[in-house]
Amino acid sequence: MITILLQLFWTFFLIGLFGFGGGYAMISMIQGEVVGHYHWMTMGQFTDIVAVSQSTPGPIGINSATYVGYTALVNAGYAPYWGILGSFLATFAVVLPSFILMLLISKFLMKYRNHSSVENVFSGLRPAVVGLLAAAALLLMNSENFSSMAENPWRFCLSIFLFLFAFIGQKVYRLGPILIIVLCGIAGIILGL
Amino acid sequence: MFELFKTFFQIGFFTIGGGYAMIPLIEQKVVDEKQWVSHDDLLDLIAVAQSCPGIFAVNISIFIGLKQKGNKGAFFSALGTCLPSFLCILAIALVFQQFRENVYVEHFFHGIRPAVVALIALPVFRMAKSAKINRYNVWIPIVAAFLIWMMGVSPIFVVLAAGVSGYVYGKYLKEDFV
Repeated sequence: MITILLQLFWTFFLIGLFGFGGGYAMISMIQGEVVGHYHWMTMGQFTDIVAVSQSTPGPIGINSATYVGYTALVNAGYAPYWGILGSFLATFAVVLPSFILMLLISKFLMKYRNHSSVENVFSGLRPAVVGLLAAAALLLMNSENFSSMAENPWRFCLSIFLFLFAFIGQKVYRLGPILIIVLCGIAGIILGL
Repeated sequence: MFELFKTFFQIGFFTIGGGYAMIPLIEQKVVDEKQWVSHDDLLDLIAVAQSCPGIFAVNISIFIGLKQKGNKGAFFSALGTCLPSFLCILAIALVFQQFRENVYVEHFFHGIRPAVVALIALPVFRMAKSAKINRYNVWIPIVAAFLIWMMGVSPIFVVLAAGVSGYVYGKYLKEDFV
């Protein structure tokens, strides 16, 4: 119990500390640690958490930290109130680095934002964050989220269709993420996915 | 103090879809209504909050709280930003746990999953544009993605390595590195 709480705290502290590039880049990190490293949940469960985080109020980073903290403990077999403690710890840990850094650098960063060393670091960071996002999307394209031709051809083909619908719907027709998520969910119920 | 908390609580509660969706509301509340910061200041704050690690909206709220009321102000602003998220998600998590086995809920989430993957794939292209990816640096995101996707390297390590390499490359290897 103590181990998993400490691991949660440390993991989300690191994610808060190195989480450059916004909520989606953070999702890549959370995925790497929580699913890849610690196996606190499956890729499918993680996808559900991302879906809920996108469609509820607040920043995606906070939402997913809260939800992951809860799920990690409940999945490990602890009662829901321990899950609440887990979600509190994860949320606190992901915000803590922001706090420390802001207090330290709010006075300096304005001045040094255009300094060449800072520029150099970011010239390496920015392209890498694009790779981070790509990896997150690729890792999510697995049989748990899409099923497979061998396992369930009906669900697999429909999943591909819904993927394309969501992609084109947002890119070309600029539909909002929540609308897309709700439509695909309803399609899932009607088509018996 | 309570004003800071209340304002950021409202901002957190009424924005769905992540940090960047919050900017218009922050603008309306903090600049137009409360006049805590000027319009130009907010633009600077956004730029700084973007270049800092951590959650964008939290960074902005800490900055504004700090400027208004010092450390305590920063604490209450951040608390206000986080609390709506925290409460909403906990409520959902507690309820969802009971309905997980329900067949309709399962169908609903099976339908959602491919859409979520698409919604994560899209920012890749948007970010590629704003990160100024060209044929000279396109190998960086490809190698980063390959390391994480195929080799199972932690994204935290990749970010760390990219930052350090950018610094070393710019400082010691190439004088006019952009």
